[in-house]
Amino acid sequence: MNEFLEPFERMIADLSPPATVRAIEAGESADALWNGIAGSGFLDALVPEDRGGAGLPLAEVCALWQALGRHAVPLPVGETMIARALLPDAPEGPIALATVGAAGETIVPFGRVARDILLETPRGLHRITADGEPIGAFGSTALRVRADPGDATVPAPAGGLRAIAAILRAALIAGAADRLTAMTAVYANERIQFGKPIGKQQALQQQMAVMAEDMVACRIASQIGCAGGLPPGLAAAATAKSIASSAAARLAATAHAVHGAIGISEEFDLQLYTRRLHEWRLADGSETYWNRLLGAARLADDGGSVDYVRAAV
Amino acid sequence: MPVFETLSLASLPAADEAIRPAIRAIAAEAAAAAGTAQRARSWQGYDAAFSRRLGEAGFLGLTLPRRYGGHERGPFARFVVVEELLAVGAPVAAHWIADRQSAPLILNFGDEAQRDHYLPRIARGEIFFCIGMSEPGSGSDLASVRTRAVRTATGWRVNGQKIWTSGAAHCDYMIALLRTSGSPEDRHAGLSQLIIDLKAPGVTIRPIRDLSGDAHFAEVFFEDVDLPDGALIGNEGEGWKQVTAELAFERSGPERIYSSVVLLDAWIRHLQGIGRQDAATLALVGDFTARLGVLRAMSIACTARLAAGESPVTEASLVKDLGTAFEQQLPALIGDDLAAHPDEAIDTELYRTLLYVTHVAPSFSLRGGTREILRGIIARGMGLR
Repeated sequence: MNEFLEPFERMIADLSPPATVRAIEAGESADALWNGIAGSGFLDALVPEDRGGAGLPLAEVCALWQALGRHAVPLPVGETMIARALLPDAPEGPIALATVGAAGETIVPFGRVARDILLETPRGLHRITADGEPIGAFGSTALRVRADPGDATVPAPAGGLRAIAAILRAALIAGAADRLTAMTAVYANERIQFGKPIGKQQALQQQMAVMAEDMVACRIASQIGCAGGLPPGLAAAATAKSIASSAAARLAATAHAVHGAIGISEEFDLQLYTRRLHEWRLADGSETYWNRLLGAARLADDGGSVDYVRAAV
Repeated sequence: MPVFETLSLASLPAADEAIRPAIRAIAAEAAAAAGTAQRARSWQGYDAAFSRRLGEAGFLGLTLPRRYGGHERGPFARFVVVEELLAVGAPVAAHWIADRQSAPLILNFGDEAQRDHYLPRIARGEIFFCIGMSEPGSGSDLASVRTRAVRTATGWRVNGQKIWTSGAAHCDYMIALLRTSGSPEDRHAGLSQLIIDLKAPGVTIRPIRDLSGDAHFAEVFFEDVDLPDGALIGNEGEGWKQVTAELAFERSGPERIYSSVVLLDAWIRHLQGIGRQDAATLALVGDFTARLGVLRAMSIACTARLAAGESPVTEASLVKDLGTAFEQQLPALIGDDLAAHPDEAIDTELYRTLLYVTHVAPSFSLRGGTREILRGIIARGMGLR
């Protein structure tokens, strides 16, 4: 269906196994992983062809972003794709995305493993060096950044950088949700209690069915976010992030409930995905943030709800 | 998980979108003639004349071949038509079952004589069907049906009882799942589907009033009801297989996400009218809008599987379970919202609509397969069991 997905996913599966994810989260060098991904050319997926990029439609790149989530890639790969599409003279290394308001500071996902940050302020887009204070939570690559960068170099994209970051985050959540659902189904079939696999228990099957529903809803929501190209419309971005964020917390909870104590342990891979689901839920606006914006847009429309979602989402 | 991988964003083809304005105009006329609480009946709203009008205008039997009076359109065209009707709460109950699943069943499993006899009249909106599944002792456990059809010299003789049959009192025919051999212990073996003329001697229909005061479902009794040879549809003993094939049609459509949408729009008009825009209100409106948008996309994704010739029973179960949960949460959350603002003036019609939807909402996750059964199907699709 998507000719780029398979080679991309094979590459990141090879380059970013769980041991590499853990090492980079622990502060070891990410150069090898970054150079491998950069060498593939995929970082220019969204750069127009007349600027030397691949010019892929965002709807196709969506599947690549989901693959990044499926493999818990610990670098801002999707962010760099976006930054390179927005900036004619993007720097070479990993680039994180951030938006700051009046407070002048924010928490930047992947900021600790980025070289630069593409920052939106009320004055426009700025390129700053990724300096700040690590959050310090176990495994988190987020960075607290305080910035007052002066005049902007590039005007901000219509609808703002946060909406673009939100559709990326929704796709990452969808990918991690896919992986978590698969892992949890496998575990439920393997784990024997009371003389049979726990997956035979109806109580557990009912929870897992809801997990599958949330997983598919995340996938479709993230595809909605990416369907219209860059920059996304408000309703599409809000729908994508609202659905993905609210599902993220439920998905992580069910994955842990089914896995029991082993899922809490560091050495088991589950935590690589559930920690990300929670961080990505919080990043670039939670479900309530986007619901408020979407609600205001909906109330400003005189038509019916079905017509609204048909036209705007 | 290959089962769910196929559910992916799909869009409605332009040729199918093109029929939207025409059905929209007819739906709007019907909606204008009814109050909000009546429109909130959604696909329980009965109006035989309106169904005939849809048939005359070419909006029934959309997916049937032309030689049977159909229009040779695909599932996407049907999605557009159904969406427009449900979005405004047009009264579609009369033809609903015949158009949605009886006609495809007769087309797929019926013989030429049955197709010629029934399909053109279904497409014209002249005959209406109900489905005889549940019995007093058979709800979710459908394989335990006891109502029996035995061979006679001229056809079949039926004895037994169906219950909770939607629309039976207004319908011309029932397609019933009956035991034609063996006993309930034989489970799926020995079940067949027969078309029963509800005007035949020995058929007694007793409407059952529901908690909203409506009587859309009924008990149907069969006492030595003689049916002709041609009543059997498909193969004897393969009723279970045929019923299962129907489920993808029954569970995937927009009616599993739009049952409360008339209430949603009435509530939004209330908010717009009084100009309430606080953060909690906006968040609630946004939550509903985001979920509606994604559910619609999921329903279209499921329709795309039907259009590709698949029978997405598991996928349809997934969309239906998520959709009916949304349909049920709408009245609960809207009720809380309205009552959290007791000093606002609230229109009686909105309040009546809220109570109607609140009271019938439990049926959303019962009809067409209960929530618990659907989740079992989804779990099996995930490789559990």
